[in-house]
Amino acid sequence: MKNNNSKGLSAILTRDVYLTRLITLMAIWMIFMAIFKFDSFYSIINYQTMAAQFPEYGLMALGIMLCMITGGIDLSVVGVANFASIVTGMLLKAMVDPSGELPLIGIPAAILGGLLVGAAAGALNGFLISKIRIPPILCTLGSYELFTGIAILFTKGKAISGFPAAYSATIAGKLFNIIPMQLVFFVIMAAILAFLLNRTTYGTKLYMLGTNMNAAKFSGLKTDRLLIKTYMLSGICAALGGVVMLANYNSARADYGTVYTLQCVLIVVLGGVSTVGGKGRISGVVLAICLLQMLSSGLNRFPQVSSFFIPLIWGGVLIIIMVLNHFTENKKIKSPKAIIKVLNGQKM
Amino acid sequence: MPIILKKLTQRNETYIFLVILVLSFLIEFRSGQFFTPNNIVDIASAMIVPGLFAIGTFMVIVSGGIDVSFPALASLSVYATTSTLFDAKYSGNMWLPIVMALAIGALLGAVNGILIAAFNLPPLIVTLGTSSIFRGFMLGVLGAKQMPVIPKGMSTFGTSSLFVAKNAQSGLTSRMPVAILALIFVLVIAYLILYRTMFGRGIYAIGGNETSAFRAGFNVRQIKFLLYVGVGIISSLAGLIRVCMMTQDHPTNMLGMEMMIIAGVVLGGTAITGGAGSLTGCMLGTALIVIVQNSLILLGVPTFWQGFFLGMLILIGTGVSASQVMRSSNMSKLRKTRRAL
Repeated sequence: MKNNNSKGLSAILTRDVYLTRLITLMAIWMIFMAIFKFDSFYSIINYQTMAAQFPEYGLMALGIMLCMITGGIDLSVVGVANFASIVTGMLLKAMVDPSGELPLIGIPAAILGGLLVGAAAGALNGFLISKIRIPPILCTLGSYELFTGIAILFTKGKAISGFPAAYSATIAGKLFNIIPMQLVFFVIMAAILAFLLNRTTYGTKLYMLGTNMNAAKFSGLKTDRLLIKTYMLSGICAALGGVVMLANYNSARADYGTVYTLQCVLIVVLGGVSTVGGKGRISGVVLAICLLQMLSSGLNRFPQVSSFFIPLIWGGVLIIIMVLNHFTENKKIKSPKAIIKVLNGQKM
Repeated sequence: MPIILKKLTQRNETYIFLVILVLSFLIEFRSGQFFTPNNIVDIASAMIVPGLFAIGTFMVIVSGGIDVSFPALASLSVYATTSTLFDAKYSGNMWLPIVMALAIGALLGAVNGILIAAFNLPPLIVTLGTSSIFRGFMLGVLGAKQMPVIPKGMSTFGTSSLFVAKNAQSGLTSRMPVAILALIFVLVIAYLILYRTMFGRGIYAIGGNETSAFRAGFNVRQIKFLLYVGVGIISSLAGLIRVCMMTQDHPTNMLGMEMMIIAGVVLGGTAITGGAGSLTGCMLGTALIVIVQNSLILLGVPTFWQGFFLGMLILIGTGVSASQVMRSSNMSKLRKTRRAL
C-alpha cells in the first residue's frame, strides 16, 4: 500500500490529523483481520483482487477530490465513466476487422476515444459551472442525468458486450504476471495528480481558488479557465475509471456502478478533503481508498455478514469521522468571531 | 393591471407555467390525449408522491441545506411499519400505519437533524451518509425483501378513490386516489407554516444568511433540527402512500428518486443556495418533471429518451435561473457603484 513513510512518518502524523486517523483505522483493521482471518486476507491473490477492484472507483474519487478542493463537487463521475466506457466499447467493436482481429492500434485508440469523451463531458461541466454559474452540485446532478441519458440512447438501455478478448486480457491482465494493470492505471493517474497539485502552479492556484474564490479572482487568476480545466481533469479521471470498468466487467451499460457516487464522496471526505474547499491532500484520499477496499474485502471474508451491511458500515464510518473532525476542529475555535466564521463556512 | 403583468414576468413561476402549457399543448397536438379527463387524473395521481417529497425537499433547500436521504428514510420507515404490521396480522384501518410510519420517520429525521444542527456538519455529506446507513439498515439488519402483500387496511386505502374519470372516446377510466387529500393537506400545512409562522420565516432567514438570522434572534439550531424532523415525517408519509397505492412493498424501488425531486424543486425557481423560492414554483417544477416522465410516450418519444430530456431540462432550467441571479446581482452592483459615484 502507498504510505508516506519515506520521510519521517512521525512528523507527518503530527502534522496531519486526518492521515493519522486513517493510518490508525487501517492498522486496527489489519490487526483485526490478522487475528481472525489471517490466511485468506494476507495472501497475494487477495491483494491482487483488491488492487484490481479499487481503481474503478478510486479513479473517480480522485476526480471528485480535485473538484472538492476548488469548493465544488462532481456528482457526474459515474455518468461520465459509463458514457466513456460505452464509447470505448463501441469503438473497439467498430475497429474489429472482418477477420475478427483487432488492429494493434485498436486498444490505445479506443481508450483515447473514451478519455476524449470524458474530457468533453468534464469541459461541459466546467463551462456550465464557471460561465453560467450553475452551482456545482446541481450542475453535475443534471449532467449525470444527461450523460446517463445519452448513454442509454447509444445502447438503447441494453448492455453492450462481445468485445475482442484482447481488450479485457490487456487491461484486466497482470504486469509481469503479478501487478494488476488496473493498479498501474491508478498509480499513474494518482502520480500525475500528485505532481500537479504539489509541484506546479496549477495546484497552488487550485488551493487558492478553493480557499477564497474572490481573493483568487482579484489576485488575477483566470478562475473560469481554472475551473474548466479542473472539471476536465475530473472527467478524464472518471473516463479512465470507465475504461477500467469496461475491462473488469467485459461489458458496458448505462447504469453500472451507481453506488460509486456516494462511495467516492465518502472516500474524499474520509481522506480529509474539506467540503468547502481549499484543503485536502492526495495522500489522504489514496489512503482512504485503500482503507475502504480493505474494509469491504475483509468483510467479504465473513460469510455471516451480509453484503448489505457494507453501506451501513460505510455510512457509519463517514458520520463518525465527520463528528470526530467536528470535535478536533472545534478545539481550535475559541473566539466568537471564529465560530461565526465557521457558521458561514459550513453553509452549503 | 400592467403592474401585475410586470410582476408576473419577473417571477420564475410564470415561465415554468408557460413551459408546462406549451408542453401540454404540444402533447395534445401530437396525440390528442393530453386534455382528456383520464390523463389529467392520471397525472394528478402520479403527482401525489413526488409532490409530497418535493414539499419536504423544498423546505430544506430554502433553509440553505439539502437532503438526499429522504428516499432511503422513507423506504426504511415504511418497510419497518409494513413488515411489523404484516407479521402482527394487523387488520385494522389506515391510522395505525400512518402513526407508526410518521413516528419512525420523525426519529430518523431527528438523526439527520442532530448531525446537521448540533454538530454543524454539511448537510449534503451528512444526508449522503445517513442515506447509506438507512439503506444498509433496511437491507442488512431488517433483511428487507419484496412484500407482495401488505396489510388489508393499507391496500384498501391505496386503492380507494374519490371519483373516477372516464375518457368518453377511448372508454379508459382513471381513479383519483383518496391519497391526493394527503397532498393537499400537507400543502396547506406547509403553506401556513412557511408564510404564517415565525418558524417559517426563520427557515427563509437561515437560508438567506445564517449569521444574520442568528443575530436577528432566530434559534438557528432548533429551527434546523425541527426542519429535518419535519422532512422525515413528510417523506415517510409519501413513502407510505406510495406503498399503499402500489399495494406491495418493493423496499429499494424508491431509492434514486432524490435527484428527480431536487431537480423539480430547483426548476420551480427555488435558489439552491437557499433563502428564495415559493411553494407554487416547487409544485409547478415537480409537475413539469412528472409530465415529462408520464407523457413523453404520448408524444411518440421512446422511453429511453427520458434521461436525456430530464438532464437537459435540469441543466437548462438551472442555467436560466443561475444567469438570472447573476444578472440581478450585476444590476444591484451597478446601482451601488452609480450611487457611490
